[in-house]
Amino acid sequence: MKILVCISHVPDTTSKINFTDGDTKFDVNGVSFVINPNDEFGLTRAMWFKEKQGASVDVVNVGGPETEPTIRKCLAIGADNAIRVNANPSDSFFVAQELASVAKNGGYDLIIAGRESIDYNGGVVPGMLAALLEANFVNTCISLEVDGTTATAIREIDGGKETIKTALPLVIGGQKGLVEESDLRIPNMRGIMMARKKPLTVVEPTGSASQTETTSFSKPAPKGSVTLVPADNLDELISLLHNEAKVI
Amino acid sequence: MSVLIYAESDNGSLRKGAFEVASYAKGVADALGTTVTAVTVNVDDVAVLGSYGVSKVLKVSDDKLSKFQAKAYSSVIEQAAKAEESQVVILSSSTDSKYAAPLLGVALNAAVASNVVKLPKSTSPFVVERTAFTNKAFQDTQLNSAIKVICVSNNAYGVKEDNVTAVAEDFLPSIDAGNLEVVSIDKATDKVSIADADVVVSGGRGLKGPENWHLIEDLATVLGAATACSKPVSDMGWRPHSEHVGQTGKPVATNLYIAVGISGAIQHLAGINASKVKVVVNTDPEAPFFKAADYGVVGDAFEVVPQLIEKLKAFKSAN
Ligand SMILES: Cc1cc2nc3c(=O)[nH]c(=O)nc-3n(C[C@H](O)[C@H](O)[C@H](O)COP(=O)(O)OP(=O)(O)OC[C@H]3O[C@@H](n4cnc5c(N)ncnc54)[C@H](O)[C@@H]3O)c2cc1C
Repeated sequence: MKILVCISHVPDTTSKINFTDGDTKFDVNGVSFVINPNDEFGLTRAMWFKEKQGASVDVVNVGGPETEPTIRKCLAIGADNAIRVNANPSDSFFVAQELASVAKNGGYDLIIAGRESIDYNGGVVPGMLAALLEANFVNTCISLEVDGTTATAIREIDGGKETIKTALPLVIGGQKGLVEESDLRIPNMRGIMMARKKPLTVVEPTGSASQTETTSFSKPAPKGSVTLVPADNLDELISLLHNEAKVI
Repeated sequence: MSVLIYAESDNGSLRKGAFEVASYAKGVADALGTTVTAVTVNVDDVAVLGSYGVSKVLKVSDDKLSKFQAKAYSSVIEQAAKAEESQVVILSSSTDSKYAAPLLGVALNAAVASNVVKLPKSTSPFVVERTAFTNKAFQDTQLNSAIKVICVSNNAYGVKEDNVTAVAEDFLPSIDAGNLEVVSIDKATDKVSIADADVVVSGGRGLKGPENWHLIEDLATVLGAATACSKPVSDMGWRPHSEHVGQTGKPVATNLYIAVGISGAIQHLAGINASKVKVVVNTDPEAPFFKAADYGVVGDAFEVVPQLIEKLKAFKSAN
């Protein structure tokens, strides 16, 4: 089985979010970047397929040279090859088309993406990719087994989950549950050394078109201060929630 | 040319999100000088959609659609959009709608904008405001395609009543589920989901262990609320992953979010910040959650919550 894991390079969850150039660009100053958490769960599941079922695992990212440390980390975790599409990921449709081109060229059976990236939260790249490839698609995927060309997946739904039977080629939008938090791997020295020698191929974009553009960013208005209620006067809390906030 | 919505349902009844999507769509239709058409799947009584501004309903009834299936449903919506010559197609941000939207976008060659919180700032060019960086910011996105697909954030625009007469007609699309079968669904029917709840009661590590979760559950029961938890609570297996809320878990955008024994780490707050009113109960007055909350009680959950439950019971029976 040939697996492709799509990796988004995103600001660490503790990053201060600021904008520059008249609020038109995300300010990367002082921000450290990580593998998108949903993608990391997927990559870790891919490692399981590699170790238990002999799968090969490639990773792909659409981004500039600045994403290479994130890509190398995926190689250090255990991916075999990496591909970077040398382009600014201008919108979801652009990224999906570029990923589809890499996926087609590589003849992958299983493509693992994350449910959403934690920067722009679009959550549409995996579905667009599946549609472009005319592959089966399971989003919010919390469990995946593959047997030959048959796949059994569990999808999280509002208020529960459902079990799906489908076939390869398959695209999933993964999230926590695919593996446990404790299964995530911190690259060791040997992995890091080996990652330096593994191939990281840079390909130029195919000239896909974007459909959207971000014209500006803004930040939420500062919040008013909290109203504290003494622990021995909970009647007041109930009264505030009823009369002032009108939520009960 | 009408604005098309997919009015989502569950077991034959329209979901709350369908009314919010209809209300939002009416606002968009007014700005464009057109009307709202809804497509429904296996819903008998659709007249109520008129109360939220829908003038026409395309009713699809087919046993092959008895379980949600993204490919089949997106194809139904696509066929409805083509029949209506819709330029704007609007869905909710439910798990199912977000599953179908990108498939629909590719099929209609339409740009997809998710997490939209307000009516378009302008319709030509078409610009919408969306959340970004998990509620830490907003972005204005311009959609440049002829057809646009929009997913409205839950509980951001709200439900607005109207009184239009919804004329229903049967719609018979072709149905193709592809090579994908939903073999079983495991869903608690007696519990409200985090996505649909008006109130969410959430517990953190401050509750010390799973054996104390009756506090969270009892409080949720009095309030008709869904239960949730912080990430470490689900990582330790005290609660299922499906209850993990925050930046790397489920988003919460309810009217009232009550956090008990949760410190208010940045990743937790990001995911729940879209909730309208936040209440925190925590022993530590320095806990960061107090900076994000509207109301706070500095106190021990093991003393505060049982009292709060009793007082709320009294309040509920009096009101
Ligand atoms: C990449 C990444 C992603 C993350 N994503 C998420 C996410 O999506 N969601 C999330 O929740 N976290 C997330 N986290 C974890 C986050 O940083 C915090 O560690 C977590 O939210 C803390 O959970 P907590 O508040 O339950 O526990 P703690 O931080 O341990 O807080 C427990 C709180 O309980 C209070 N307390 C103790 N005893 C009592 C008592 N008797 N009564 C009342 N209060 C009491 C304490 O004062 C304390 O404030 C993420 C972290 C990382 C690194």
